Amino acid sequence: MSSAKPDASPPARRLPLHWLGILPFAAFVTLFLILPTMKIVVGAFQTPDGSFTFDNIRGLFTPSILAAYWISIKISIASALLGCLIGFAMASAIVFGGLPKGIRGPLLTFSGVASNFAGVPLAFAFLATLGPVGIVTIFLRSQLGVDLRMLGFNLLSFWGLTVTYLFFQIPLMILIITPALDGLKREWREAAEILGASGLQYWRMVAFPILLPSLLGTLALLFANAFGAVATAIALTGSSLSIVPILLFAQIRGDVLGNPNLGYALAFGMIVVTGIANAIYIWLRARSERWLK
Amino acid sequence: MKKIWAWGALLFGLLYFTLPLIGMTNFSLKMRRGEYSFDAYAKVFGDPRFQETFTYSIMQALFTIVFGVLLVVPTTYWVRLKLPRLRPYVEFITLLPLVIPAIVIVFGYIRLYNTSSWLPLTGSLTGTNMLLMFGYATLALPYMYRAVDTGLRTIDIATLTEAAQSLGAGWVTILGRIILPNVLVAVLSGAFLTFAIVIGEFTMAALLNRPAFGPYMQLLGANRAYEPAALAVIAFGITWGCLGLIQLVSRFQKSAPPKA
Repeated sequence: MSSAKPDASPPARRLPLHWLGILPFAAFVTLFLILPTMKIVVGAFQTPDGSFTFDNIRGLFTPSILAAYWISIKISIASALLGCLIGFAMASAIVFGGLPKGIRGPLLTFSGVASNFAGVPLAFAFLATLGPVGIVTIFLRSQLGVDLRMLGFNLLSFWGLTVTYLFFQIPLMILIITPALDGLKREWREAAEILGASGLQYWRMVAFPILLPSLLGTLALLFANAFGAVATAIALTGSSLSIVPILLFAQIRGDVLGNPNLGYALAFGMIVVTGIANAIYIWLRARSERWLK
Repeated sequence: MKKIWAWGALLFGLLYFTLPLIGMTNFSLKMRRGEYSFDAYAKVFGDPRFQETFTYSIMQALFTIVFGVLLVVPTTYWVRLKLPRLRPYVEFITLLPLVIPAIVIVFGYIRLYNTSSWLPLTGSLTGTNMLLMFGYATLALPYMYRAVDTGLRTIDIATLTEAAQSLGAGWVTILGRIILPNVLVAVLSGAFLTFAIVIGEFTMAALLNRPAFGPYMQLLGANRAYEPAALAVIAFGITWGCLGLIQLVSRFQKSAPPKA
């Protein structure tokens, strides 16, 4: 990039040299982000010898793989919905709830930490809490006589993973939605009250419609966040729960599906699902920014 | 009424977040029967595999940070200064690692850079280590780029660049001695976040078969009872430390008095 000299020569001759400046970045993302992804996408539509086919995509529509996608999507939706709900409740508690001012800062800092505390250690923390000999499990059984296992709760299941994922979903929601709640102008509430609206009416007819795009957008982001999570699931369940990331992990390790190109299709399906979720997020965020500044 | 509801939401959240932390801490101290002890920690710290993998991950994190800074700072600066039309596109690309799951990216690496390909990075140890570092740099790209871009927004890079050029500075001098010091806090924030991401990362390291801290934790979790809880406490401490350092450096910048 040292070759670009910003003197007053005509723009037409300066342009090519300017482009050299982003060459390292362009080369990096091409080699380590774009090309690997393209390899997966193209591979999903190829036979092992390289000719075009839809067989791999069709291969996804077998009961076991569909079941894996379905439970992945269910866990992601459940943890995203609950994360949004609880995160919203906590964020609005610190913004509007009249709590001591000192709570806000520490809660936001903690959210930053917790939203990054994912992966293997998070699984260990929940095993020590809700696992067979976890602190909560034992407390409930010995003190209250409630046996979680008898109630059908198992950490290595749909609800177990959902409860665990919430540990990074809720903080992420708090981090994203707090600025949006701060953006709700006091004047709007006052105007609504002067016109005779009750608190509920203000929320239902003013605040909620304004917040809706950012709520739905964050929902999509949380969904993608849970859908791509591999490490927590593997550390928690080993390979006993067949969700898409675990299936793909096993496929990359040892071709458990018996067809390398079906692995491409499995990964391609993940890109499609998270891609759709994020497209919704970007679209809705652009809409919400019209109202909130 | 409103207050009760707010306290209720907050207490529910606090309960949910503190119980696992208490659970893992409690469990990590219970290795010796009938009393609390630090035996699990002693076991972990004494394990040569722990030392190896932890050192390996720290080295990976440091290399990733250096590479990330060298890649992101000049690019972001150059795009803001000379190619502002490209900014939305660059920003979009830097967000892609949040969209494409890490497991898919590393799957692509394995198939693209295997021993029979045009760039056989996985054929040698150094190559695989580099590939893992590039992978980490990709994962950290969204955070690093956003941090640096926010930092650059607060300074007038066009004026600074012209001033430096009129004094005869070259591009390396401008970047290294004018731009970098001015966005140091932003760069450090990105660096600490990168560190927090890399140190416990599991998927990429496991699939590239490198002896990193994440796969070690997973392996220990599958075979032991108390040590994993101790590891969880350690990992939480590291994450907390990294995020705390970010708070610290950004407060340092805010409170720095505008000296004459």
